[in-house]
Amino acid sequence: MSIAITTQIICFTVLSLVILIGALGVVLLESIVYSAFLLGGVFMSVAGLYLLLNASFVAAAQVLVYVGAVNVLIIFAIMLVNKKEDLKPINDIKSRRIISTSICLTLLSLLIRVDLTNVWSLSNPQNSIGEESTIRIGEHLFSDYLLPFEVASVLLLMAMIGAIVLARRDVMSKDISTGLPVDQELIEKSSEPLLTNKN
Amino acid sequence: MMNLQSIPIQAFLIVSSALFCIGIWGLLNSRNAVRVLMSIELMLNAVNINLMAFSSYVDNNLIQGQVFTIFVITVAAAEAAVGLAILLSLYRNRVTVDMESFNLLKW
Repeated sequence: MSIAITTQIICFTVLSLVILIGALGVVLLESIVYSAFLLGGVFMSVAGLYLLLNASFVAAAQVLVYVGAVNVLIIFAIMLVNKKEDLKPINDIKSRRIISTSICLTLLSLLIRVDLTNVWSLSNPQNSIGEESTIRIGEHLFSDYLLPFEVASVLLLMAMIGAIVLARRDVMSKDISTGLPVDQELIEKSSEPLLTNKN
Repeated sequence: MMNLQSIPIQAFLIVSSALFCIGIWGLLNSRNAVRVLMSIELMLNAVNINLMAFSSYVDNNLIQGQVFTIFVITVAAAEAAVGLAILLSLYRNRVTVDMESFNLLKW
């Protein structure tokens, strides 16, 4: 990469701070809407890190898919289920918090120790293909990763159909074009919410 | 530390580890089901940063890590769509998003 090392370090520090503080805000803030918008900021900063790593195509894909699709989907879900409710207090919440926090800190220290003590066999930076990475990704996708690429398309189709079936509410009783009654056997009927008070 | 011309790989790995642990903490401690899905997205992003760092520093000629990142992004998009559809269906049946009230599978 042709940017000076000082600029790279400044960019990296700023992006990392935005990522970590934003992620803490996502899990700690009271308001779920603020969390969703902070999550968008975290995704954008991760795309910035990808740019620092010479990967412009993946950075663009990150912005398009995560910020443009996943984050918007999450905001829509919040809009649909945003009900003010008083959560029931849990009696052993404090011990749960202590146990989960200690587990996370232990895992973090373990991972950081591995990161710092392991000797990574780094390759020669002269071999780096740099800005031609998009071409190389295209070659990979249509040669040695062709089967995963096709399976991913089938996976996306299945996820789309599954999401539609799961989120569908109810349908009309008559077919719009023919006027015949619709077969209701396979269709979820509108009903009272089940199991609401069963705890 | 490889050379003075670039950021050490350890910096990327530490950021990714911290992001992953924040994601796990949020997954374990959130009461709101939407926040649980957001924590899963954070963890997937941590894994992606890891893959991208190794792709750029260890395998910078073949960049297979970037291809893996593309696939992880694809699966994450599918996961978010199906997860939010399940969440909507759950909300329709139990009229809450509190994780503590989803106890149908409790023995």
